[in-house]
Amino acid sequence: MSTEEPIQRRPSRKSVAFTEEKLVVDADGSVTMIATDNDDTKDTAMSHTPRTPPLSAALGAFTDASSAPADGAADGAAPAADLNPDGLDLSLMKKKKKKVKKDDEEGADGAAAAAGEEAIDLSMKKKKKKKAPKEEDEFAKKLEALNLEGGEGAEAPADENVQDGDMDKGTGIWAHDESRTINYDPLLSRFFALLAQKNPDHASSGTRSYKIPPPQCLREGNKKTIFANLPEICKRMKRADEHVTAYLFAELGTSGSVDGSRRLVIKGRFQQKQIENVLRTYIIEYVTCKTCRSPNTELSKGENRLYFITCNSCGSRRSVQAIKTGFSAQVGKRRKMKV
Amino acid sequence: MSGETEIQNLKSRDPFAEADEDSGQTTQTQEYIHIRIQQRNGRKTLTTVQGIPSKFDHKKILKVIKKEFACNGTIISDTESKGMGEVIQLQGDHRLKIKDFLVNEETGLGLDEKTIKIHGF
Repeated sequence: MSTEEPIQRRPSRKSVAFTEEKLVVDADGSVTMIATDNDDTKDTAMSHTPRTPPLSAALGAFTDASSAPADGAADGAAPAADLNPDGLDLSLMKKKKKKVKKDDEEGADGAAAAAGEEAIDLSMKKKKKKKAPKEEDEFAKKLEALNLEGGEGAEAPADENVQDGDMDKGTGIWAHDESRTINYDPLLSRFFALLAQKNPDHASSGTRSYKIPPPQCLREGNKKTIFANLPEICKRMKRADEHVTAYLFAELGTSGSVDGSRRLVIKGRFQQKQIENVLRTYIIEYVTCKTCRSPNTELSKGENRLYFITCNSCGSRRSVQAIKTGFSAQVGKRRKMKV
Repeated sequence: MSGETEIQNLKSRDPFAEADEDSGQTTQTQEYIHIRIQQRNGRKTLTTVQGIPSKFDHKKILKVIKKEFACNGTIISDTESKGMGEVIQLQGDHRLKIKDFLVNEETGLGLDEKTIKIHGF
């Protein structure tokens, strides 16, 4: 530990951040402890000293300090990008800066709310810092017992009570310019939450839960079936009504028409289950991407009368067969055929 | 979750087979055998088999099928089926049985299952 401390102190903020990150990632308990003590400065007086200078420096270079959060905001295309630099490396200095800022130009700067939160956090943290040295051992034990991620864990005790806040609203630890280190677990859950949120297809492709509303079949008279919610289903599949209709007719070997309210009238008696089966084959053939199985595809007419499916998820493109009716035997009375 | 899907993938399709199928689609569309079903009045249906390779004697096939499936049937030739070759038409729903027959190597034609497409509900 002692050997590593100086290393952390020396480099500029960013490099500190990186080293710290590295430590957290690949090291086990001891190394991570080191990393954290940069943050918390619980155990040693050594660590305290480096801290204070940056604070003063920050005070002196106030403009720089004010620019830092702004930078964060500018950078933060992705919230994750924000969190890493802020949370891991700058934590000490930044907090102090912010605090100063808050005191000085309260309300002048944009991030009033966030600053307020931070100030609160800061005060808590300060207290903790003072307390921390005594409680550190207990915390460490708890930590090790609780999670193997030593680095985050080591810090966790200090921040444990404060590790909350609404991720979506960006409050608490998820605040935009929050500078505390976030624990591993919340980060992980956040990662998965974001992943699922941004790519809803991932989950669906995994569980095959592509759902379309069940077809509603009504009987019209004795010999015709009305397929009521065809437009809805087509919309869900992002296919033209005509294409689906043509496929249905070809597969069922019948004909039909569309009535006034865009319902499909099919000649012949069909049950919902049967139509469902046909729709299923349609989806397999014309909707899902064969490469990534995502249903997020587009059907387009390419050159020379071929139809192509372009996948919006993986970008693959494949040709599909045109719908062919094939042979259909003549059913019914011959008289009709002749006329 | 992911493990499960992988296993499913393994089960459901062989990637190389799929590739073969794809190439088959583009180059030799005619090679498919289509088994279709058609509704008649009431519960009655027709099964049509289109595209059985011409190296087989359709008449003989029909004879065997009729006996085996206990149904009547007919061969519809070029003029009526308009360029779709000879089509075997059977009375009743025999889609699965026909497929078994076409695939079976001992008592049937021993065709490749991938070349057969069953249509209908």
